[in-house]
Amino acid sequence: MASAPSKLYADDVSLLVVLLDTNPFFWSASSLPFSKFISHVISFLNSVLLLNQLNQIVVIATGYSCCDYVYDSSSSANRSSGTGKMSALSIDLLEKLEEFVGRDEKLLKKELEGSTASSLLSGSLSMALCYIQRVFRSGPLHPHPRILCLHGSQDGPEQYVAIMNAIFSAQRSMVPIDSCFIGAQNSAFLQQASYITGGVYLKPQLLEGTFQYLSTVFATDLHSRGFLQLPKSVGVDFRASCFCHKKTIDMGYICSVCLSIFCKHHKKCSTCGSVFGQAQSEAASEPSKKRKTGDA
Amino acid sequence: MASGQVIKRAKYKTSVKDPGTAGVLKMAWDRFIFTPNHPNSASKLDVEFRFIKGHKNTKEGSNKPPWLNLTNDQGGSYIFEFESYSDLHICRDFVGKSIGRSGETPTAASGKTDASLPDEQISTAELELRIKLLRENSELQKLHKQLVIGGILTEAEFWATRKKLLDRESSRKSKQRVGFKSAMISDIKPATDGRTNKVTFSLSPEIILQIFAEKPAVHAAFLSYVPNKMTEKDFWTKYFKAEYLHSTRNAVAAAAEAAEDEELAIFLRNDDILAKEARQKIRRVDPTVNMEADQGDDYSHLPDHGLFRDGGKDTIESQYELYRRTLAHDLNRHAAVVLEGRTVVVELEDTRTVAEALAKLKRVESANEDSDGNANQGISERISRITEIEDLQASHGPPLAPLCIKDPRDYFDSQQVIAIKVPAGAEGKKCNLSSREAYGSLRDSISLTKQMGLQNPVVKTRDALQVFNALSHDISRTKYDVGKNPQDSVLDKLPSTTKEQLLHHWTSIQELLRHFWSSYPITSSYLYAKVNRLKDAMSQIYPQLEEIKKSVPANHKQHVSVLVRQMHQALDAAFQHYDADLQKRSAKSSERPNGYV
Repeated sequence: MASAPSKLYADDVSLLVVLLDTNPFFWSASSLPFSKFISHVISFLNSVLLLNQLNQIVVIATGYSCCDYVYDSSSSANRSSGTGKMSALSIDLLEKLEEFVGRDEKLLKKELEGSTASSLLSGSLSMALCYIQRVFRSGPLHPHPRILCLHGSQDGPEQYVAIMNAIFSAQRSMVPIDSCFIGAQNSAFLQQASYITGGVYLKPQLLEGTFQYLSTVFATDLHSRGFLQLPKSVGVDFRASCFCHKKTIDMGYICSVCLSIFCKHHKKCSTCGSVFGQAQSEAASEPSKKRKTGDA
Repeated sequence: MASGQVIKRAKYKTSVKDPGTAGVLKMAWDRFIFTPNHPNSASKLDVEFRFIKGHKNTKEGSNKPPWLNLTNDQGGSYIFEFESYSDLHICRDFVGKSIGRSGETPTAASGKTDASLPDEQISTAELELRIKLLRENSELQKLHKQLVIGGILTEAEFWATRKKLLDRESSRKSKQRVGFKSAMISDIKPATDGRTNKVTFSLSPEIILQIFAEKPAVHAAFLSYVPNKMTEKDFWTKYFKAEYLHSTRNAVAAAAEAAEDEELAIFLRNDDILAKEARQKIRRVDPTVNMEADQGDDYSHLPDHGLFRDGGKDTIESQYELYRRTLAHDLNRHAAVVLEGRTVVVELEDTRTVAEALAKLKRVESANEDSDGNANQGISERISRITEIEDLQASHGPPLAPLCIKDPRDYFDSQQVIAIKVPAGAEGKKCNLSSREAYGSLRDSISLTKQMGLQNPVVKTRDALQVFNALSHDISRTKYDVGKNPQDSVLDKLPSTTKEQLLHHWTSIQELLRHFWSSYPITSSYLYAKVNRLKDAMSQIYPQLEEIKKSVPANHKQHVSVLVRQMHQALDAAFQHYDADLQKRSAKSSERPNGYV
C-alpha cells in the first residue's frame, strides 16, 4: 500500500488515527467487557480499510501510565497473514496490545488509592497529532487525517492544559477529533475537543451496538461528511480546570493578560508574571477581588 | 451631597441704594432663605432656585462692596451684600450650580426619584446626546421606557452600560476651538462714499480682538486712554487715521502728524512692546541655529521685499525710518498671533471687557515667564512640539500590555510536575480493584479474543436496528434543523406579534441580567436594593414568557418552548445565584452582625 502512487490520493481517502482507551480500571468496571468491545472495534477498522484501498489506519493505545502506537496499516512490520478465523489486522493488533498492557503495568509504580483512574489522553492525542504532522510533511498529497477517540475513563483534570493545547493544535491543522464516549458520564474534554475541531461527539446509548454506531457515524471520510447529517451534540460542557490545582471549576479568576485560569486569587500570574492590583482592603468581601483581578 | 448648603452672613437690599437689612442667608440645593437678624423685619425671603434666571456680582478689586445680584423670572432682583469677597464667591458658585441643575431637572426628573442614587451631575450636552440616541434607536427607546421609566433601573445605571455608544456619538463632535482668521486686518479696506472726503472703517469686536492681539501697543493705549482720556470712538478714529496715513505711504506726512498729536504718534511709531518681545524671542532661539549665517539670506532691507503693497512702492529717507513698517513685520506678527490661537474666551460684546481679558491673560503669561524662566521655556517648547491636534488623531484603543511568558521552560516543567502527580483524594468513583487484578483481567480478555477470534456476529441484528433507528430518529428531529440555515430562522415562522414579543423579552432579559450579574459581589446597600429590584423585574417576566408559550398555535409550540426554555434557564441561573447569595449573606450576618448591608 505504501508503494501506491501518491496521485491516487483522492479527496475521500482517510487516515484514521484511533485512540483506544486501555485503562484497566475503567474496563474492569465497565458493563461492556473489553473482549466484546475490541471485536467491535476491529470489525470497524476492517470495514474502514475496505471502504477505500488507500485508507490508512493507526491505532494508539491510551493506557493509564503510558501510551503507544499499537497498529499502523501502512507499516511494513505487519508480519502475520490472516487465518480463517482472524484477520491479519486483528492478530497484529492484539499482539501489540498485549505487549502494551504488560508495559503499562510495569510503569505503574504505586497502587492508586482512591484517586481518579483517568487515562493518559493528552499523551495519545499528542502522539496522534505528531503522526499526522509527519504525514502532512511527507508531501503535498496525503490522505485526509482525522482522530477518533474511543474513550471510556473519566477526565483527568490535571491534564487540562495539555489536552487543550492538543485540541488547539488539532484545530490549527484542521484535524477533526471525533469522540465516541463509552463511559458513564459525558467527558467534558472530548466534548470540547469535538466542538472546537468540528468533529462529532457521540455517547452510544446501547453499548452492544457499538459497531453499528461506529460504522454509521464515524466510518465516512471527511469529504462525504459534507453530504451527511451526523448527530450533533446537544450541549458542551465548557468547564475548565484551574492552572494552579487542576480542579474543574465553574467560576474562577482569569488573568487579564494571558487568560490563565485560577481557582483562587493570586497576587501574581504564574504563567505570565503579571502582577494584579491589590485587593482594596481586608474588610472587602472575598469575591470583590475578582473584579480587581480583571482590572490588572 | 457634599456641599448640601451654604450659610453666610449678608445684607439684603431691595435696590442698589437701599442700605440693606442685616441677616443670615442660607442656600440649600433647591432654594435660598434669608432670615433677617431683626425678627420683626419684613424682608424675609424664601425663594426657589428654579425662579432664578441669572446672577451678577461685583468684581473684586473694584471699589464696590461684595454684592451678589440674583434676577428672577419676573425681572425683579435680590441684592445681597456680603462681608467679604470670599463669601461672595462661595455663594456665587453655589448659585451657579443650583441654577444649572434646576434648569435641567425637568427633562430628566421622571426616572431620577431614587434618593439613594449616587450624586450625578450630567451636562446638558450629554443629556441631549442620550435623547438623540433614544430617538434614533426605537429598540433602545422601548427598553429605556420599560426599565428606566418603570423604575427598575436608574437613568445612570442604564447609560453606564452604554458608555461606548455615547462615546462614539460624542467623539464625532469637534472639540477644536475656532481660532483667528488667517486674513490680515490690514485688509479691512476703508469704504469711501465718493462725494465727501470722509472715509469709513467698520469694526467688529472680532476685529478689535485681533487688533489687540497683533498690536500690543494699541492694546496698551486703549487700556490707558479709554474711557478716561478719550471716548472709544475717538480712540478708533485716531487709530484708523494712523492706519490711513500708513496706507498712503506718505512717511513725511505721517511724521508731521505725529509731531502734532502725541496720541496719534503711538499708532504711527513702531511698536515698542513688539520690539521687546522680538528681542526676547531671539534670546530663546535654539543656540544651535546660526543666526549670523542666516542674516546673509535676509533681503528685508528691500522694503516690502519689492512687493507692491497698498498700491504703491517707494523708497523712504532714513530719518523717517521710525514711521516705516515693513510687510514682513506685519506678516510675521499676524502669523504668530494666528498660530497662538484664540486664548481669550469671552463673549465678544464689549470692547472694554475684551481688552481687559486680554490684558489679564498677558499678565499671567508674563508672570509665568518671569517666575519659571528658562527651565519652563524648554519644557513648553517641547510640549508644543508634541502637542497632538485632537481631530487629526485616530481614536485611541485600549492600552495594551505585551504578553510575556517569563520562562517557558519553567512554566511547562511545573505543568508537567503537576500533571504527573495525581492529586490524591480527588472526586470521582473509586476503584476498588487492585491494579494487579485490573491489568490481569484486561490481559485475560485480550488473550481470550486472540484465542476465540472476533465475536460472530459482531452485533446482533436487533441491536443494530435499534441503534440505527435511534440515530436516524435523532437526525430527522427538528431540533437538528434549527439554526442550520442562517436564512430561515425559527422566528420567521412564528406570527409576527409573538416574534416581536419574544425578541423584546429577550432584549430586556439580557439587559436585566447584565445589570444583575454586574451587581455582584454586593458590597453596598445600594447594590443590594438594585439586585432586589432586578430580581423582582425578572420574576415578572417569567410568567409572561409562560403566557406567550401558552398563547401560540400548536404547530409553533415546540419552537417557542425551545426559545422560552433558554430564557427561563438564564433567569433560573440568576435566581439560583440570588438565593445562594442570600443564604450565604444571612449565615454571615449572624456571625457578624455589623457587616455590610
